[in-house]
Amino acid sequence: MGILTDLATPITMGILLGGLYVVIALGLSLVFGVVREMNVAHGDWVILGSYLTYAMMTGIGIDPILSLVIGIPVLFGLGFVIQKYVLNKAFKISIDATLIVCFGISLIIQNFAQIMWSPLSRGLTTPYALHSFDIGLVHIPLVYLLDFVIALAVMFVLRAFLKRTYLGKAITAASQDRGAAHLMGINTFQVYAFAFAIAMAMAAVAGVFLGLTFPFTPTSGMSFLIIALGVVVLGGLGSILGTFIGGMAFGLAQTLGGHFFGVTAQMLVAYVMVLIVLAVIPRGIFGR
Amino acid sequence: MAEDTLLKLDKVDVFYGSLQVLWDISLSVKHGEIVAIIGANGSGKSTLLNTISSIIDTAKGSIEFEGNNITHLNPFQVVTLGISQVPEGRRIFPDMTVLENLEIGSYNPNARPAKERSLKSVFELFPILKERTNQVAKTLSGGEQQMLAVGRGLMSNPKLMLLDEISLGLGPIVINEIYNSLREIRARGITVILVEQNVRRSLKEADRGYIMESGRIVLSGDVAELREEEKVKKAYFGA
Repeated sequence: MGILTDLATPITMGILLGGLYVVIALGLSLVFGVVREMNVAHGDWVILGSYLTYAMMTGIGIDPILSLVIGIPVLFGLGFVIQKYVLNKAFKISIDATLIVCFGISLIIQNFAQIMWSPLSRGLTTPYALHSFDIGLVHIPLVYLLDFVIALAVMFVLRAFLKRTYLGKAITAASQDRGAAHLMGINTFQVYAFAFAIAMAMAAVAGVFLGLTFPFTPTSGMSFLIIALGVVVLGGLGSILGTFIGGMAFGLAQTLGGHFFGVTAQMLVAYVMVLIVLAVIPRGIFGR
Repeated sequence: MAEDTLLKLDKVDVFYGSLQVLWDISLSVKHGEIVAIIGANGSGKSTLLNTISSIIDTAKGSIEFEGNNITHLNPFQVVTLGISQVPEGRRIFPDMTVLENLEIGSYNPNARPAKERSLKSVFELFPILKERTNQVAKTLSGGEQQMLAVGRGLMSNPKLMLLDEISLGLGPIVINEIYNSLREIRARGITVILVEQNVRRSLKEADRGYIMESGRIVLSGDVAELREEEKVKKAYFGA
């Protein structure tokens, strides 16, 4: 009884926090799976989403979650333009060129955020961000529950889009065989632009819920990029379900690691798990 | 008779980087014909099909389809105009279902409105695909995968189909089945360019043929004429 009640809180928190990681990792996984680009700026896009939300919240008093009505189209549009006019051109040179461009974008976003909002830590502080409730002996902050619910929602919408629409099927086809996709009359560069744009729309969602859950600074993006990479490694590329399982596993390793070895060691435990999975099943739990 | 010509290549040269792979290719295909391209491995047959599909760019010369110059279009534009390629090795989308593979075949805007009708006609042509609708494509047998590849090619509502080695690696019964469908495809008024290493078979099915050697067309004519030549060329093709 004692051990169970002790573990109930880290397990619940790990699963719920994993939801946030899932939303962050889905965009990274989509771009890597379809375009084969390693978008090292992905974490910075997420943090940019947090800052845009912060600006709307403090500037015109819009609720962070409501602000997605603006945030999603803005990042979607930015993503489309950047893939179409910058990354696609780099792609034609070599895939390595896209990596360098993404590094550049990462630096630009970080410096832009520093100029606009200073290097100091910010947060999306709303009344409900501090709200929490108890289920049995487990104490659950409301935003953690929201993180998990939104992960399910994003996964559901992404899956429906990929399965039901022509564009979604084209994205899937291009990720499985680019050459054959050409022969189906698919304009792959157009598809890449949409895939990147959709990943950025998901980054906007991730940015809001990250900001509600944690404080952030202009350089926070890198640590969330690394977490997202860990999630993708765990779950396997190109699988929504895999990303979900990966996110849960990462969240649990972090909170249970913290429980058993102390908060300072929690990320170490999570990354050691990533390394072990990488050594034992390099394609990830659900990898193709 | 010029308006009878569906596809016309005029003195086409093609390079892979700095290496020339096709020399001075001229050929024409009339509406409703089945034209065979014959040649040994590495003679440039697949390269020729990929040049028509614009997967590889033409360095010199021109390609006309229905009287329009299509030489430097993007691959997706060529498909939209009505040229569909069934590539060598099938290249079906392995993790998508049979139905999804077929649906993606009618991705181009000209094919979408006819999707349901095309789907029905593909299922008439290959009833086995209807039974396998929701099966993941990579779990199909080789013959079924080839049928799926041909069916997917038909979904784009093509005027011209480029078939690359559709009998490769298949057993005789399945090969017959696939060639029966070729006759049905022709009966629907679709023009076909057939690339085959199986010379006997392709000369049996086609109206005319072009023989390729090391990236050039060395001989062309009606299949009856070529069959006579075949005796001479036996050494080249081993048929």
